[in-house]
Amino acid sequence: MNLDARIPAGPIAEKWNRAKFELKLVNPANKRKYSVIVVGSGLAGGAAAATLAELGYDVACFCFQDSPRRAHSIAAQGGINAAKNYQNDGDSIHRLFYDTVKGGDFRAREANVHRLAEVSVDIIDQCAAQGVPFAREYGGTLANRSFGGAQVSRTFYARGQTGQQLLIGVYQSLSRQIAAGKVTMFSRTEMLDVVVVDGKAAGIVVRDLVTGKVTSYSAHAVILASGGYGNVFNLSTNAVGSNVTATYRAYKRGAAFANPCYTQIHPTCIPVSGDYQSKLTLMSESLRNDGRVWVPKKRDDVAKATQDPGSIPEEDRDYYLERKYPSFGNLSPRDIASRAAKEACDDGRGVGPGGRGVYLDFRDAIKRMGAATIAEKYGNLFEMYERITGENPYKVPMRIYPAVHYTMGGLWVDYNLQSTIPGLFVLGEANFSDHGANRLGASALMQGLADGYFIISYTLGNYLAGVPASAKVSTDHPEFKRVEADVHARIDRLMSVGAKGKRTVESFHKELGQIMWEYCGMARNKEGLAKALQLIPELRAKFWAEARILGERETFNQSLERAGRVADFLEFAELMCQDALEREESCGGHFRTEYEVDGEAKRDDERFCHVAAWEFKGDGEKPVRHVEPLTFENVKLATRSYK
Amino acid sequence: MSESHQNLDLTLHVWRQAGPDKPGAMKTYKVKSVSSHASFLEMLDILNQQLQEQGEEPVAFDSDCREGICGTCSLVINGRPHGPNAGTTTCQLHMRYFKSGDEIWIEPWRAGAFPVHRDLCVDRRAFDKIVAAGGYVTQNVGSAPDANAILVPKVDADRAMDAAQCIGCGACVAACPNSSAMLFVAAKLGHLHSLPQGQPERLRRTRAMVDAMDAAGFGNCTNHYECEAACPKNISADYIALMNRDYAKAMIAGRPEKKSSEGAG
Repeated sequence: MNLDARIPAGPIAEKWNRAKFELKLVNPANKRKYSVIVVGSGLAGGAAAATLAELGYDVACFCFQDSPRRAHSIAAQGGINAAKNYQNDGDSIHRLFYDTVKGGDFRAREANVHRLAEVSVDIIDQCAAQGVPFAREYGGTLANRSFGGAQVSRTFYARGQTGQQLLIGVYQSLSRQIAAGKVTMFSRTEMLDVVVVDGKAAGIVVRDLVTGKVTSYSAHAVILASGGYGNVFNLSTNAVGSNVTATYRAYKRGAAFANPCYTQIHPTCIPVSGDYQSKLTLMSESLRNDGRVWVPKKRDDVAKATQDPGSIPEEDRDYYLERKYPSFGNLSPRDIASRAAKEACDDGRGVGPGGRGVYLDFRDAIKRMGAATIAEKYGNLFEMYERITGENPYKVPMRIYPAVHYTMGGLWVDYNLQSTIPGLFVLGEANFSDHGANRLGASALMQGLADGYFIISYTLGNYLAGVPASAKVSTDHPEFKRVEADVHARIDRLMSVGAKGKRTVESFHKELGQIMWEYCGMARNKEGLAKALQLIPELRAKFWAEARILGERETFNQSLERAGRVADFLEFAELMCQDALEREESCGGHFRTEYEVDGEAKRDDERFCHVAAWEFKGDGEKPVRHVEPLTFENVKLATRSYK
Repeated sequence: MSESHQNLDLTLHVWRQAGPDKPGAMKTYKVKSVSSHASFLEMLDILNQQLQEQGEEPVAFDSDCREGICGTCSLVINGRPHGPNAGTTTCQLHMRYFKSGDEIWIEPWRAGAFPVHRDLCVDRRAFDKIVAAGGYVTQNVGSAPDANAILVPKVDADRAMDAAQCIGCGACVAACPNSSAMLFVAAKLGHLHSLPQGQPERLRRTRAMVDAMDAAGFGNCTNHYECEAACPKNISADYIALMNRDYAKAMIAGRPEKKSSEGAG
């Protein structure tokens, strides 16, 4: 397997410029002769579809939601980073680059991260020009706030709905191209497989979720921007429909899957309240600008703190982030803040049911700035919290606990965002490239839009310039028919098991989630992962014998949709645990209890300063682990410290 | 949790419809011991679990983010889109607002422009068509000026944001006796027209979107304000007034310009 990252030569700050000149172009008059498939309509996919259509390509865009405006990017709350240095507080492209490499615990590719920091400034310009209603100062300039892992204020935001507003911007641009006839939009359509002809991506096979019909579409190139796989844990902050199917199917057709074990556990989520729960709700990291995280100092105070947090005097509170990480305090990066919360709870000082919670307290901020200012900044988040928990966070502290939020792993891509299958490009959370082992807050929106608006337009052109326009494969090609037959066979198998099965698909998903959270969650170790690798295949075998899937295949059938996604999670989970087992170090969100110093992650740069990219070798066969070494020439490899 | 936890036994009357051309009917189910901490959709998950165990096909309903922002969920609950609580989507409605023994009627959005796919799921693509008609700023990637080059007064940005919060769920249409989409369209226009970036295309956009709304089969506004009451994002009907004023201007000034042949060179 070829893992050549194709990083341009030259100094880091000149690589992207150089690439932009060296990447081949497609003549404007020829662009319309090239068709491109985009799977996903979020910040990465929607932006790519709109931008490529603006350039003149013939684009088809697919999403499983009922409208492209509903992609899960919409749920991002806090903001988007950019190295504008509008605040004159010492920010620069190099500092954003540095913070991101360090935040990712030195497991990201330097060249990609630098490019991300470079285009970050263009993103804000583009979004503002589109009419994204960013927060403003009274003078009319853009406002900023701070996010974890940074000591500058570089996060742009639209109240607590930044993802929504950026996605609406994308959706507007996409809608304009749909009206212009340059994008054909397929909503409620789910990609079920990729078709590879002569080693190149040639198209996809999809199921229309309304009619149940299976159809193929061909194109000169395929772009996957289908998001992350956090729902392998069943409970996560992801939308309930988010799934791994598109990327996992591509993996099974030859695209390497990189670092699947890197998952981000977000420190500030509303804790689990019962077994009926369908998802976990995030409380934006931006709240940590003004909220202080604490648990009681003494275990004896836990009951009192749970009953009446206000009764615990200042001197009996342990503001553990401020204590342990004085220079970053409550704005320590997510992996560190999550582990610290777990540590406090494991120490018997957690609050609320089961002792699985810590307080995020706004008492001091309200005293300092007044409730009205806090409402202005976080009003919608406070309301959301109250709706879910029935408690008023202006009066009592929020009770929070870490939850699965984002996945840094994804399909391996080179500098040009191309997977190991030529012609198959992967953008946004679906790829692995920019966040290393831990993503900093407000960087996911930045990466999705960087990939979609500013990078793919260059790199896709470079690929297409080498493909004759006449080379589009017909969907009558035998390979299309073969993949379609595979898709049909899989649906048939689900339906035939489902007709006799007794146990709901949802209950399998729950059980898988429990296995993953227990053994491949916030803390992992060799025995636990080995245990998971035994339990997952057993659960999968049960699924294929006992799952109950009712209804018919060629109808609007949500049970069948879910069953297909859960079936893929049941395979993918094994790959994740395998990757976690073989990465014998702790880094970022991947914490192996065997590798720690005083509770902090202990990296092993000698053995693991690399990307692990997995190659599928067939069902039942062990996948092969390939390695792309990472070199750090601009940021010195060092132990991360936020103290 | 501040209030005591309870388990609820409920009687549900749910609209079941096998497909767009099939007849539908209300069907009655009982669910027992639903936690008051569960969300309304989690209560339906419990119902579906129960139905599947009994060999009955689960009730189809749309949802995705389950935190009130994606606009996927719908449901008319006891006659009210998104249920009894103001400013709350169905997915954010929790069972603590119901009591044991309650009967709950659950129906899809009902509007000619939103045909039923199945049970409680409807086709809202008409909204996408309205936005495609003009709900954007014509702005290609690559030509944007520095973001601070165009100053936006804070009050304008706030007014834009108040309207831009629309999640496109369609509750306004479901609540309106005329199945009008005026609040949806006005929110989109109100967002763009509160900002300097939206001005160059203001009248053309207004006319194009209103025309697309009419073409999609939505009714007109006769000032019932049901839309505003149902809107889970509390979007004000004032935006409809602003839209109407622009529409009147657009009728005179904003006619689609005749395309002259471009570039004689």
